[in-house]
Amino acid sequence: MATSAAVSAPPPSRAPALLQRLRNGDEVARLITLAFASSILLVTVGLIYQLWVTSALPRHKFGFGFLTSSLWNPVSGQFGALPFIYGTVITSLIALLVAVPLGVGAAIFLSELAPARISSIFTFFIELLAAVPSVIYGVLALFTLVPLMRDYVEPSLKKTLGFLPLFSGPIYGFGYLTAGTILAIMTLPFIISISREALLDVPTEQREAALALGATRWESTWQAVVPYARLGIFGSIFLGLARALGETMAVTMVIGNDPSIHASLFAPGYTIAAAIANQFSEATGDLYLQSLVELGLVLFLLTIVINALARLLIIATTRRGSAQS
Amino acid sequence: MTLRNRWRKTLSYCMLSLTGVCAVVAVSMLFLLLGYLVYNGWRSVDWDFFTKLPKSPGETGGGMANAIVGSVQIILLATIAGLPVGFMAGIYLSEFGGRTFAFLVRYMADLLNGVPSIVIGIFAYAVVVVPMHINSALAGGFALALMLIPITARSTEQFMNSVPQTLREGALALGASKWKAIATVVVPAAYRGIATGMILGVARIAGETAPLLFTSGSSDYMSTGFTQPTASLPVMIYYRATAPWEDWHRQAWAAGMVLLFLVLLANVAARLILSRGIAVQK
Repeated sequence: MATSAAVSAPPPSRAPALLQRLRNGDEVARLITLAFASSILLVTVGLIYQLWVTSALPRHKFGFGFLTSSLWNPVSGQFGALPFIYGTVITSLIALLVAVPLGVGAAIFLSELAPARISSIFTFFIELLAAVPSVIYGVLALFTLVPLMRDYVEPSLKKTLGFLPLFSGPIYGFGYLTAGTILAIMTLPFIISISREALLDVPTEQREAALALGATRWESTWQAVVPYARLGIFGSIFLGLARALGETMAVTMVIGNDPSIHASLFAPGYTIAAAIANQFSEATGDLYLQSLVELGLVLFLLTIVINALARLLIIATTRRGSAQS
Repeated sequence: MTLRNRWRKTLSYCMLSLTGVCAVVAVSMLFLLLGYLVYNGWRSVDWDFFTKLPKSPGETGGGMANAIVGSVQIILLATIAGLPVGFMAGIYLSEFGGRTFAFLVRYMADLLNGVPSIVIGIFAYAVVVVPMHINSALAGGFALALMLIPITARSTEQFMNSVPQTLREGALALGASKWKAIATVVVPAAYRGIATGMILGVARIAGETAPLLFTSGSSDYMSTGFTQPTASLPVMIYYRATAPWEDWHRQAWAAGMVLLFLVLLANVAARLILSRGIAVQK
């Protein structure tokens, strides 16, 4: 109806409009906040640029061999990242193996079963668990988890599953398994709180429909509710994975710091973050230092990809209409 | 048929109980952790801990006064630099953001948020420590500010977005310009949420260790400025715990207990602020 009027209206001239906006301060406010917002952009781009430039030496010298070589010898100037990548991936996988069933189970309890009061109290505690600094997890892991693993868990694993190469070899207490376990505890709160939110977003009809068809409470939960929230749950798992990959202090304190690849989970190893934390301040020579920076770059890229996947999945669940299942 | 139904019911009962067990295990982690820290640390948190300087390696006694002061210095720097930037960026994202640029900033903020803290440490080392040729509280503060900015920006944006659109329209209809509406209506309406986000952000960076290892470094002396190696509580805990001396382990427990207590206190306070106000409606 009003289209003809809108079309026939004379286009406002731009310059006075801008002046008007400048005068009442809106444009100024926009520009100031824009400047601050741009600083985020600047910092991120600067970070990537700095990592790229500072790792030029090993990138040119080793090329892709940096990622595939398992030799890390600062004395002879040989730098290969494979033991660190291996350690990072293995410890994170152990963490997920423990934390995903536990976390999703707890999330199901909190969203489906627990009375609102208990659910909110538990969620509060879980959020506090997420706020504990990683160095404190490290202290606990070092003084309580390491002896526990050395004296009880690993010997019993060796006794029952010792025929597998994963669970054989000498036991130190320090190693992949211990690091993976503390990582599991650290990623648990992230998996629980995001999975719980995804589960809470599932429409009640979904539950009622399953129950009306004669499903038990568990069948309704497992076959109607959890599949509906699966993207959010996967998102939480990836977010937990990204946390585990980049986790530094706790892992550094219990991984054992051995830059080589071992099949046994009891063996000491190394992760990318731990290598940087331990060696960066004592690295002598540009090649050594820059190799550590390149390790940082590898870690950065790894976490970016995982984080992006996590966010895509979480966005996909929150945007999805209730019509789809 | 009845057998099958009984099996289904039993399965349902078992699995649901199992989820309860999972939740109890997860929550008990927090109490195990707190219990262990208090059990091992409370005896060592005494007057000396807060007032004395560290003794040299192997000697018993001494405290962490320098680390406490250093932590305060570093966190103060990070807060002064990080909170305003994050806050303003959050306002831009929520109120002024266009489509593409705001999307880009938001994406970059999330990216920066997900960067492992040790990588932030490398960046701060390259940008601040290398030109200055020395570890300093300044470099540590810079590294922590970089972590604080995206956290604050995103939480500020989120809480300002949850202010009802009608409030903005009301202010504009009364003739206020947009920035005035933001400053006098939107921000006050969301201030509890914004404050909560800020406190949580500061609590989060207060416990960070990895970005400080090679930016602020460590020191056994009281720092007297911002341009020299500065001890901090988290880094001190790390070095104390990984050293071979019994007495240092005792101090690591004590410092861990103090740090955790402060961080959890901030978290509880932040949530109290948020839950007491109903200014922000979803």
